[in-house]
Amino acid sequence: MNAKRINWWAIFWGALAILYFFLPMYGTLDFSLRMKRGEISLLAYEIVFADPRFWEGFRYSTLMALMTIVISVLVFVPTVYWMHLKVPQARPVVEIITILPFIIPPIVYVFGLIRTFSRPPLQMTLSPITTDLLIVTGYVVISMPYMFRAVDVGMRAIDVRSLTEAAQSLGSNWFQVLAHVIVPNLRIAILSGALICFATVMGELILASFLVRPALGPYMQLLGLTKAYEPAALAIISYALTWFSLGLIQLVSRSGTAQQLTGR
Amino acid sequence: MNLAPSISPRKPGWHEHPLRNWLGLLPFFAFILFFLIIPSLNLFSGAFVNRSGDFTLGNMAVFRNPNVIKAYLTSLQVSFLTAAIGGLFGFFVAYAVTIGNAPRWMRSVIMTFSGLAANFGGVPLAFAFIATLGRTGFITAILKGICFPGAEGGTVCPFNPYDNGFSLYSLNGLVLAYTYFQFPLMVLTITPALEGLKKEWREASANLGASPWQYWRDVALPVLAPSILGATLLLFGNSFGAYATAQALTGGSIPLVTIFIGQQIRGDVLGNPNEGYALSLGMVVIMAVTIVAYSALQRQAARWMKS
Repeated sequence: MNAKRINWWAIFWGALAILYFFLPMYGTLDFSLRMKRGEISLLAYEIVFADPRFWEGFRYSTLMALMTIVISVLVFVPTVYWMHLKVPQARPVVEIITILPFIIPPIVYVFGLIRTFSRPPLQMTLSPITTDLLIVTGYVVISMPYMFRAVDVGMRAIDVRSLTEAAQSLGSNWFQVLAHVIVPNLRIAILSGALICFATVMGELILASFLVRPALGPYMQLLGLTKAYEPAALAIISYALTWFSLGLIQLVSRSGTAQQLTGR
Repeated sequence: MNLAPSISPRKPGWHEHPLRNWLGLLPFFAFILFFLIIPSLNLFSGAFVNRSGDFTLGNMAVFRNPNVIKAYLTSLQVSFLTAAIGGLFGFFVAYAVTIGNAPRWMRSVIMTFSGLAANFGGVPLAFAFIATLGRTGFITAILKGICFPGAEGGTVCPFNPYDNGFSLYSLNGLVLAYTYFQFPLMVLTITPALEGLKKEWREASANLGASPWQYWRDVALPVLAPSILGATLLLFGNSFGAYATAQALTGGSIPLVTIFIGQQIRGDVLGNPNEGYALSLGMVVIMAVTIVAYSALQRQAARWMKS
């Protein structure tokens, strides 16, 4: 009836939500700047950035995140493509598998990984390199629900069959169809999946901590036990990282609603 | 658009065999088998053998251990509380941004930040709450600073939360911190359902003389019920499996099941590794029931919305 009347009830809940979002962020920022008594300074950040263990963790987590993204793309893009094109009846099975990481919490999952891969015949936890390989596969599994969904949604938006038939009639083989036709059309979906992978891996604690690798998560936890101001600075850095990658997703997915490059 | 119906009546060879197509999914299934199914089954099978590898149900005795019972009860309590609080709060927020006609800027801020905050957990979340509501946090400082002149020349500061039984490093604090990612998840999952409420229903009930309250009670809420219940279950599972925030916030002093499992992995706190596997299995059973019920309710809700 009167559409212009202000709904105070809605404003109240909206304002409360915004306060809940921003107060802890403000509190952290404020705290991180107060390391020097009585003045605002970036001292806590300087200390964090001067700590070689921070950079070690940052480098390690970034590397793990990049490897996770590469393996995820290599595993999920062909799988989702093939499922859409040839075996749509596999969808229920594949969907159930992709939500398994929600059912098996990371702490239980890492327990299973340790029990399975810390003894023969598949002993992987002895050397750092095989442990890293194990961690990366674990990250691929943990971020699978997001990556699968992103690629699946992207694949729905394009006409997989026509694109494939067109490419094949021009003489492409399967690899060429995937690399030169499907992947370019999925670039936004793949990018948003990759960014979620990145955000997940950069903040991950459980796998890295229980498999004892020098990632950012365990470093943060350790710092939290011994320091007061540096953890707040780290939380802000971590906020910035997460929000940068997730914010980028919203940006690219908004700008890319009409996805298919080639004519339909 | 099937331009090539099979004309030839010959029997399909291996080239056209339907199972052949499934082979394309083999790399995916192999990956999952090796790195998800086998580790999980390996863990759960450990719950049913004794130390020398013979079958036993004896490990289930772990569920009579008072510490384990306490851990399960605490986890259930935290999950229930955060699902209820986050669910209710998230529902009202989702209402505000959909039907409630909140200002446009508010809507876009809330939707954007819900997507971000629902994914924000772990150690940094704990740090953020310590800086805000910890002993020296800035809200604590503000509340502490509200003082009145008291009797006999002293001052009374009645609002210091730490004098009123609150502590961030307790169960209440954990619930507050979890709510930070719980209510945005509710906003994200319930918004499509609220957008699916048809205007005609509201108008029809208004024409028939129903008050807004009657409309909500007799029309909107029954239609939304499966979505709300499903979303709340999702929140429940989300909190039940969480580990990092609790570990960083309380240093493991709140006995959640996840914390307990973590301690079991680091050192054999139960004295029997197989009991640790039974403990994990119990957790996965609860998660499975929750998530399966959630997806069943989601399907139900989708069917209602279509009709």
